[in-house]
Amino acid sequence: MRTRSIAATGLGFQLFRHALLGLGAFLMLAPFVIMISVSLKPSGEIFAPEFTLLPKQWHAWQNYTDAFTKQPLARYILNGFIVTGSIFACQLLTALPCAYALAKLRWRGRETMFMLVLLGLLIPPQVTAIPLYILLWQLGLLNTYAAIILPSTISVFGIFLMRQFFLTVPDDLINAARLDGLGEFAIVWRIMMPTAMPAVIAFGVLSLVWNWNEFFWPLIVVQSEHLATPPLGVVFFANAEAGTNYGPLMAAATAITAPLVIAFLAAQRWFIDGVTMTAVK
Amino acid sequence: MAGISLRNIRKSFKDAQILHGVSLDIADGEFLTLVGPSGCGKTTLLRIIAGLETQDSGDVFIGDRMVDDLPPKARDVAMVFQSYALYPYMTVAENIALPLEMRRLSTAQRLPLVGRFMPGARTARAGIDRDVKAVAEGLGIGHLAARKPAQLSGGQRQRVALARAMVRRPKAFLMDEPLSNLDAKMRVQARTEISELHRSLGATFVYVTHDQAEAMTMSDRVAVMMGGHLLQVAPPQVIYDDPQDLAVATFIGTPEINTLPGRIGADGRVEVIGTPWPVTVEGQPGAEVTVAIRPEALMVTRGAAGDGIVLVGTIRHVEMLGAETLVHVVASPLTRPLVTRIEPSAAAALRTGDPVALSTDPRRVLVFGKDGKRIAVRQSAPPLVPAARGETVHV
Repeated sequence: MRTRSIAATGLGFQLFRHALLGLGAFLMLAPFVIMISVSLKPSGEIFAPEFTLLPKQWHAWQNYTDAFTKQPLARYILNGFIVTGSIFACQLLTALPCAYALAKLRWRGRETMFMLVLLGLLIPPQVTAIPLYILLWQLGLLNTYAAIILPSTISVFGIFLMRQFFLTVPDDLINAARLDGLGEFAIVWRIMMPTAMPAVIAFGVLSLVWNWNEFFWPLIVVQSEHLATPPLGVVFFANAEAGTNYGPLMAAATAITAPLVIAFLAAQRWFIDGVTMTAVK
Repeated sequence: MAGISLRNIRKSFKDAQILHGVSLDIADGEFLTLVGPSGCGKTTLLRIIAGLETQDSGDVFIGDRMVDDLPPKARDVAMVFQSYALYPYMTVAENIALPLEMRRLSTAQRLPLVGRFMPGARTARAGIDRDVKAVAEGLGIGHLAARKPAQLSGGQRQRVALARAMVRRPKAFLMDEPLSNLDAKMRVQARTEISELHRSLGATFVYVTHDQAEAMTMSDRVAVMMGGHLLQVAPPQVIYDDPQDLAVATFIGTPEINTLPGRIGADGRVEVIGTPWPVTVEGQPGAEVTVAIRPEALMVTRGAAGDGIVLVGTIRHVEMLGAETLVHVVASPLTRPLVTRIEPSAAAALRTGDPVALSTDPRRVLVFGKDGKRIAVRQSAPPLVPAARGETVHV
């Protein structure tokens, strides 16, 4: 009786749950689907009264060629890689030793320092925008890659995330490394980082997505088109082309989103590998 | 190879004092076991020797050198951890090779990718590979070289941890309960293997355990620790036969040593349940003492109380263990049963509820004062009954 009733509500609940999840997925995916759909259509079809998923007349080649030739789209994407790659490398370089010191070393003021890190999480980037802008201006770095990269080199979120993961690494592993002759920095790079790979990858995904999509800061510090990051590029593109030509604009948007999606899917596989790896024993 | 000396080591964590001035000399090539209940400070002491903890006061010497200011890697000792602490993402071979890489390769040679092309790297790497292989083969884990620790059994992991410690030929080996994660059968086997390893390496071993069987079977000397004090340091048989402290006497030995409340009579003889025993001690008459007798020193005798019989009681329980039989006897007014260990043949006729008498060799009676310290026996009468085990049951 009891098991049957549970099974019955279970089925109903499962249907409901999947319906809800399906609705959520639809809402999330719909803009992407429309973006891709539009990027394949000629302009006449885009505003046609009846919506079709696939174009009657394929215009993909033209749209994508326009996207890459009317504006230096490849350059924007390359800039995206340069900026996000540099930022992530710097963030790792700072976050891992900081997290190690906060999680595994004993020193006076450690708890205070960690409170400051937590406090740092609460400060929105816009608050520090003007002082940072003035600083970069005084250093003569405005309108350079450095202007986009420097303010993001230290990620308090990264420090926090890695510290939480490092706490779960057994102290004996570090002690064994010390006896084996590793110094503290060698422990960070040779022991802690590989052990914390799942967390590093998770942080990497978040950092890449955030900095790839970052619009506010590059818009402030960069004027030159050849330094534009992908979101800025889309805006340049929209300024130059939009209103008349949504097909190439959506093609550009698709091209800009694609690296993120691909990176995310690849990392997700790694991530699952990492999570299912037998824990440190 | 080197001996280890500890001079008055003290250590506190927050307000709790863990070590109360421990001094200990460990000879070159000795196998010394630190044994004690959990929380007695034995692991802390081991970590202070390794340099993983810093003592509040006192000095540590390895060989003739004071190492108080040296970091762990400069002390040239290897440690095997309870959890084995193998690097989870490295293969067995990489795990064993790491201590050699850190010592034989320069920083440039250790760099990823380009390090291999640094001058001398190839020869050094080949030497490391050779040594790793030799150690792994020696411990019978050569075929596991390419596996990750997660793919190994407990016993295999323990060997990898041993190999990683051995490969750089340290001055001393520190082992922190290396067998506690193994099942009972593996543990007995590993005990023998570690003893053999100690003999073949001839290095100094400091071994921490809470398991008295490991302490007794493997060590040259056992150091019993309780509450941050070293109570006694002696060879296993001396610890067992001649404990200097009641806590040592009760901690070592299974089943536990029998303890009886007693007092010192006017003539210096020890009285138990009002009966004077043929054991005379140096102590204040009237002082309360604890009398302790090992289970195999108590003999079961059928019949009424008489000459030489020290206690009378009834059998509560007979435990047959195959090679020996444990007889639990309640001697009124004591409520806690006394345990005797006798030959199975001698116990064959004994049944629960039988009235029996217990006798003992006075030379094997241990007397402890109220502070738990051993009280010297001035004189004990000659054995009242033939003392050999199992000869004394008269049916």
